Amino acid sequence: MAVCIAVIAKENYPLYIRSTPMENELKFHYMVHTSLDVVDEKISAMGKALVDQRELYLGLLYPTEDYKVYGFVTNSKVKLVMVVDSSNTALRDNEIRSMFRKLHNSYTDVMCNPFYNPGDRIQSRAFDNMVTSMMIQVC
Amino acid sequence: MAEPAVLTSADDQSTDMTFLFGIMELCGATRLGYFGRSQFYIALKLVAVAQSGFPLRVESINTVKDLPLPRFVASKNEQESRHAASYSSDSENQGSYSGVIPPPPGRGQVKKGSISHDAVQPRASADQQEPASPIVSPQQSPPTSPHTWRKHNRHSSGGNNERPLAGPGPFWSPFGEAQSGSSAGDTVWSGHSPPPPQENWVSFADTPPTSTLLTMHPASVQDQTTVRTVASATTANEIRRQSSSYDDPWKITDEQRQYYINQFKTIQPDLNGFIPGSAAKEFFTKSKLPILELSHIWELSDFDKDGALTLDEFCAAFHLVVARKNGYDLPEKLPESLMPKLIDLEDAADVGDQPGEVGYSGSPAEAPPSKSPSMPSLNQTWPELNQSSEDTAIVHPVPIRMTPSKIHMQEMELKRTSSDHTNPTSPLLVKPSDLSEENKINSTVKFASGNTVADGYSSSDSFTSDPEQIGSNVTRQRSHSGTSPDNIAPPPPPPRPQPSHSRSSSLDMNRTFTVTTGQQQAGVVAHPPAVPPRPQPSQAPGPVAHRPVDADGLMTHTSTSPQQIPEQPNFADFSQFEVLAASNVNEEQDDEAEKHAEVLPVEKASDSASSLRVAKADSKTEEKTAASVPANVSKGTAPLAPPPKPVRRRLKSEDELRPDVDEHTQKTGVLAAVLASQPSIPRSVGKDKKAIQASIRRNKETNTVLARLNSELQQQLKDVLEERISLEVQLEQLRPFSHL
Repeated sequence: MAVCIAVIAKENYPLYIRSTPMENELKFHYMVHTSLDVVDEKISAMGKALVDQRELYLGLLYPTEDYKVYGFVTNSKVKLVMVVDSSNTALRDNEIRSMFRKLHNSYTDVMCNPFYNPGDRIQSRAFDNMVTSMMIQVC
Repeated sequence: MAEPAVLTSADDQSTDMTFLFGIMELCGATRLGYFGRSQFYIALKLVAVAQSGFPLRVESINTVKDLPLPRFVASKNEQESRHAASYSSDSENQGSYSGVIPPPPGRGQVKKGSISHDAVQPRASADQQEPASPIVSPQQSPPTSPHTWRKHNRHSSGGNNERPLAGPGPFWSPFGEAQSGSSAGDTVWSGHSPPPPQENWVSFADTPPTSTLLTMHPASVQDQTTVRTVASATTANEIRRQSSSYDDPWKITDEQRQYYINQFKTIQPDLNGFIPGSAAKEFFTKSKLPILELSHIWELSDFDKDGALTLDEFCAAFHLVVARKNGYDLPEKLPESLMPKLIDLEDAADVGDQPGEVGYSGSPAEAPPSKSPSMPSLNQTWPELNQSSEDTAIVHPVPIRMTPSKIHMQEMELKRTSSDHTNPTSPLLVKPSDLSEENKINSTVKFASGNTVADGYSSSDSFTSDPEQIGSNVTRQRSHSGTSPDNIAPPPPPPRPQPSHSRSSSLDMNRTFTVTTGQQQAGVVAHPPAVPPRPQPSQAPGPVAHRPVDADGLMTHTSTSPQQIPEQPNFADFSQFEVLAASNVNEEQDDEAEKHAEVLPVEKASDSASSLRVAKADSKTEEKTAASVPANVSKGTAPLAPPPKPVRRRLKSEDELRPDVDEHTQKTGVLAAVLASQPSIPRSVGKDKKAIQASIRRNKETNTVLARLNSELQQQLKDVLEERISLEVQLEQLRPFSHL
């Protein structure tokens, strides 16, 4: 279960960011922001490799004491960043991948909506619902 | 609902205020602060109870059977009195609302006065009409629609989706001309004709006129006209829908649908085509709903998420826009009646693994053909889809049409028990669907395995008995040896496109056979007509050459050990199974012209098999069997009852053996022989326990043989994969780089 999920546009501004409200949200925003550097680093590390060769799923970007940050980048350079609680007994890589896949699918659904202008903040209810389902259940 | 309205009407009754307050409390209105529909119904029932003199309790509603309808004396308002009169004159309100219906439009016509009064009046009289409905049935009478109309009513029970959605035509009247709206109401009322006057609808498309009209008319007038026209429209709709059962508020009526279709045509003349997202965006933007809501409507209605709207999707979207314009909240999920129909739901329901596969495949293609203007078809096909569509807020077309071959393939897969090589064998399985049963049987016979043998054993006493099972066994068998390309019989083509051709020789195996017969003799795993376990090749042609089973005995072929053959008939005795199997094989071989190639390996197989049997069987057993042989032989013919099958099997086995790699061929030959022998076993089941034990032993031996074969094939598979990886790497290196 993710603690914070963010969708960041190609120009590195957030399209959607949401975190479990109990904690200081600013902290998560900052973590996501710093993770962007790591994402860029990973993308460029592919070097001359073909675009399609590049894995969309970036894996663990960096771990902190309390949290782990995972990244996923789409073909249009839109980044999905997910912060997961470390205490959450290790979510397997597969699960993270599937979560990203769901996120990606929802994101493409949002894109398909002609009323959505790329670059706008994502306000789709369906996307919200999907993200909520993935967020950690904290009373 | 307005409390004052209710109270006013109730005031005139014999009941006093205390009763009323008690009723209000009982029905929960005081708790809620307003009269919701259910509260209202309960209140009315309680009124009836009170008026009948029963104690005022909630249970009394249900217990009192023939509760007379509550009497409401008309208030000063002549409308209400008129209405009450009509109401009271309408003694039976059970099913016909025609008497109830006239008042609202009439009221509407009369009222040009204050809106608030108007607004209250319809509601009040509608309240009065309510007594009929809850007690009789929850059929809504048209005037109650204003109750649930959020925009215009005073109560907060908005978004009551139980209300049938009135014809959208009148809803547009605010955007059209008010006068025409009112006249439309009249015409609707009088003629019960389809409410939406086309001119009003057209105004939706023409933005300038609507905007000017909007500015022209004060909101109050709009309210008034909408109330009126809504009432009239609902009237007309209600009449039309009287015969139908309880209505889904999201149902699209025929005239609405026709209107939507016409609008669709203006954008996209082909009814089976799509409206691209941009065009739809322009169209719906004209409705002046906020973009966010339009976006949500799109999310709900674009069922297959393809960025374009089919006719069904367009109608759903339009309907939602209309509803929103009239104050209905947008649902979180697409209502059932608006969902586009997907075809082949039954197929999807049958197949077990449909959700996993095929996310969106084919659904856009399905939508057009599934389009049907009539709602009933939409509704009736929906329930099957419902469960699958429940899991996501935005419904994805989970059930996907399966092509017949795919369905069959999946059936085949379901039949198979082992799924280790599911994927490789799935193409395999596709082919079996094309096969005739005979082929299946042939292949089953050919590929005897521990499993198949056991199945063959248990399946029946006749060859023909469980072709299906055997077929499935074969497929199972195939799955074990799935990676072996040419191993399988012609029926299922090789799972791989022969990358392993490098390994498997494409030589004429016949030649190979004949050439290598000598080698085969040594290394061949037995191809016994009977069970002979493969691990016994070493035991080889030795001593028990005579053993080569009766089958060979009956054979007249010249083989490497012709001299053994003539002796064999005598030795058919050793094991009844051998006899039977041999006799089976004999039948086959006798009938077949080209057995020479096979003879040797078969013979060798039988040699080893027989040798094995000799090793294992007691001498006593042998004697017994020898004694019982004559009987067995005769019985042996019985198993041969379906001679054509064994014959064909043999043919198949030969055909398949030829192109195979040596060892594969041998193994398959063994398997074939083993399987050939198996069916005969059940027939002689009546024999000793020892026979069963012997067969068990034999089965175990075949099991080990097959396990070995499996491991060898796995090894081959690994090698092939490595080759593939290396090739891919080379390809990557050679491929020119493209830039990020």
